[in-house]
Amino acid sequence: MARNHVTTTINGDPVEFLCDTEQTLLDVLRDELHLTGSKEGCASGDCGACSVTMDGRLVCACLVLAVETQGAEVETIEGMADGDRLHPLQQKFLDHAALQCGVCTPGFLVAAKSLLERNPDPTESEVRYWLAGNLCRCTGYDKIVRAVLDTAAEMRE
Amino acid sequence: MVSSHPATAMTDSSQIHGTPGQALQHDSALKHTTGEALYIDDLPEPAGTLHLAPGGADSVCGQIRRLDLSAVQSAPGVIAVLTAKDVPGTNDISPTHCGDDPVLAESEIRFFGEPVFAVVARSHREAREAARRGQIDIDPVEPVLTIDQALAAGSYVSEQQQLQRGDWQGALQHAPRRILGRTVSGSQDHFYLEGQVSLATPGEDGGVHIHSSTQHPSEIQHAAALALGLTDAAVTVEVRRMGGGFGGKETQAAQWAVLAALAAVTTGQPVKCRLDRDDDMIMTGKRHDFSSEWTVGFDDDGRILAADIHMASRCGCSRDLSDPVNDRALFHADNAYYYPAFRIRSDRCRTNTVSNTAFRGFGAPQGMMIAEQMLQSIAHQLGKDPLDVRKLNFYGKNQRDVTPYHMRVEDFILDELTEELENSSGYRERRRSVDEFNSSNTILRRGLALTPVKFGISFTNTALNQAGALLHVYKDGSIHLNHGGTEMGQGLFTKVAQIVAEELQVDLKTIQITATQTGKVPNTSATAASSGTDLNGMAARNAAQTIRQRLTAFAASHYKVLESEVAFRPDRVRVGGIEMSFADLVMQAYLNRVQLSATGFYRTPKIWWDPNKAQGRPFYYFAYGAAVTEVMIDTLTGENRVLAVDILHDVGRSLNPAIDAGQIEGGFIQGMGWLTTEEVVWENDGRLATHAPSTYKIPTCRDRPEHFRLQIFSRGENQEETVYRSKAVGEPPLMLALSVHQAITDAVASLINEAELPHLDAPATPESILAAVDARRASTTP
Repeated sequence: MARNHVTTTINGDPVEFLCDTEQTLLDVLRDELHLTGSKEGCASGDCGACSVTMDGRLVCACLVLAVETQGAEVETIEGMADGDRLHPLQQKFLDHAALQCGVCTPGFLVAAKSLLERNPDPTESEVRYWLAGNLCRCTGYDKIVRAVLDTAAEMRE
Repeated sequence: MVSSHPATAMTDSSQIHGTPGQALQHDSALKHTTGEALYIDDLPEPAGTLHLAPGGADSVCGQIRRLDLSAVQSAPGVIAVLTAKDVPGTNDISPTHCGDDPVLAESEIRFFGEPVFAVVARSHREAREAARRGQIDIDPVEPVLTIDQALAAGSYVSEQQQLQRGDWQGALQHAPRRILGRTVSGSQDHFYLEGQVSLATPGEDGGVHIHSSTQHPSEIQHAAALALGLTDAAVTVEVRRMGGGFGGKETQAAQWAVLAALAAVTTGQPVKCRLDRDDDMIMTGKRHDFSSEWTVGFDDDGRILAADIHMASRCGCSRDLSDPVNDRALFHADNAYYYPAFRIRSDRCRTNTVSNTAFRGFGAPQGMMIAEQMLQSIAHQLGKDPLDVRKLNFYGKNQRDVTPYHMRVEDFILDELTEELENSSGYRERRRSVDEFNSSNTILRRGLALTPVKFGISFTNTALNQAGALLHVYKDGSIHLNHGGTEMGQGLFTKVAQIVAEELQVDLKTIQITATQTGKVPNTSATAASSGTDLNGMAARNAAQTIRQRLTAFAASHYKVLESEVAFRPDRVRVGGIEMSFADLVMQAYLNRVQLSATGFYRTPKIWWDPNKAQGRPFYYFAYGAAVTEVMIDTLTGENRVLAVDILHDVGRSLNPAIDAGQIEGGFIQGMGWLTTEEVVWENDGRLATHAPSTYKIPTCRDRPEHFRLQIFSRGENQEETVYRSKAVGEPPLMLALSVHQAITDAVASLINEAELPHLDAPATPESILAAVDARRASTTP
């Protein structure tokens, strides 16, 4: 079977890859491009562990076919820090100890960043509702919500 | 609001960075936020890695009549297809070696989805697609699915166990008041975000190396050795971190690790087995659901005189850990309350469902729920506040202090702890405001409850309460730390490193945390029973003390001072009148041929258990806590919301408040899920209906209570000699969530003034709340 040639942009870098039609963006990120920060938690779009943005839109990479990223701009957790300089959300997740096992953390960060880009001053309810598509089994969410609100407050200053 | 513990260290020049008590962040926290932390599926695959997928039965129960795997064999990308016949050693991965947990089913299907064969293919996708092509024909027999069916059929995985004391029959008969009740709690899927995964690589001399996401590397090692016909020494198991465990990777990781190892040895190539979420939920065990009947006799004040409790649990198709799980349920059917006379029986039902297993709390939540429902029922009948009845029945100090298993409760702190929470949460005022709200609202109703937790710490199997550690100090003063505990997000590695830092007075960054590996520390116990830090922390401390003693003896002789003149200060060592860096002393010691590597060992003191007499001291100590929860229900829809939670929890002297707080919050919310949204549904034909997050609902951000106040009990101190007087924290907080269920019951009860408490099964889903509301309202209609 002929493989598809895809040209896309990932974290600002031009990327080319070959993929099968049925391969998802998550498959390609993890298996072909070795960007393993996006995790497979359910492969059905219900857990958010593979959250990335595509042309600015928050998506589950497990629900996007890799061929759909032709010409698109994809952002993953690997592109969130600027070299050694963490994104404020990453720093606040550290400060608030808003993580335990860490598998959901990249997805939460990508989703939270997407929220703050749309809404720099979210209410607590807005944070809780926006992040309801990201499952965490360890933390109980309290520190995650606090970290996001705290980041928003700091970024507005 | 929550006491938010900043995870940054508060160090000064008189303290090393890492001293126990500091709120330090998880050792991998930075890598978690950048996505750089590697889980097994993230490891670069060795060249030639093949992928394995299990092929499960599409039926529930019966003898296998015909197994046709020709379509599997011929599927694209398939390299090998394995069946039970390909297992060269013992086809059993039972943790108790009782022969009822085959790696692959041989002749009989016992639950829907039971693995019968395994496909090894070039890619994960090809393996999974081929695995669906198997034809497994069976002679179906009527399955035993529910606890009631098993009890009726006399279907058990092991013998009934019981605890009894005194003339419980007489005491029940003569009690001024009696209530008969039934307590039902559902199953729960672990839903660790990282599913089961293993990567096995064949080694020299027939050996194999296995990366396994497991809480119990030693058991994986032994299971693989038995199945492959190897010695334990020929198998090495390694795990750097898991993406969550919660008990679900204690025994349940073995099958996938053994299959990967079998395939690796068979094909001579590395083999990875990563379960898809649906397969994971269908093929691995969960929390035991319980159905229990009880009679409690009490006086007019609400003091319990006697109890007769009959609990039964759904164990699934094999024993697995069902005996210790149900033993722990027996040991916690008292929770915090003294029963003068009692009989407590436990039936362990064999059913045609996947074999249930360890899950945070390990039977204790189910046992404690019975105690709490008895107490709530008593209070309701007497028209008293349940908190007052709870206090009345608390264990005493030096009297009324003997548990049903004949262990005295010597460290009971719930009087003080409960009083503090009662005041800090404003319990009494909130009770009044809840009553007020309910008197003016018919559709929305509120409920409130305060429940305590007393949780026994130690493996009930005494032999398991041991641990080892390995410490190397290199010439530059850096330290390689290894121990038998596994990291699943709970922060164990951080805490153990803090302990070593403290003993050697070196900065935490000096210590290299390393993957758990059976080649470094052998014969370890599972990281389970909340005991990870208690056991491994002590073993690592022992190793560090050995190093410190060697360095002290060397320094004393080398610099001709007394050993008492050698002192380890923050990041330096004082030897008589001079000071040097830790690294300098280490280099001196090396040049003078002092051994700079040590093992450490620990065995928990005081504990023993005589199973024949059902007596002993199974627990070294108890961990305590209490929670106040306020809920609101909608009586038209059954919708419910947890409005406010106040927690006060005892962790002894906290080793790391940031990590402990995380365990408490996470445990509470996980318990809340078990009791509210998480419903494991089996179809009438034995198929699991809830095998993905689309149908199985763990709590989300939206379920987080708006008011969530957590405090660590500041007066906490372990009176036993645990590591720096800390207490275990993994499991106990889960049971704080019993207050959620009690508060919902309270809200339903408020509808009608009636002596009988409404019956509300767990999980209290909207459907079951609505049913309880309807039943409540119907009870007054003639």
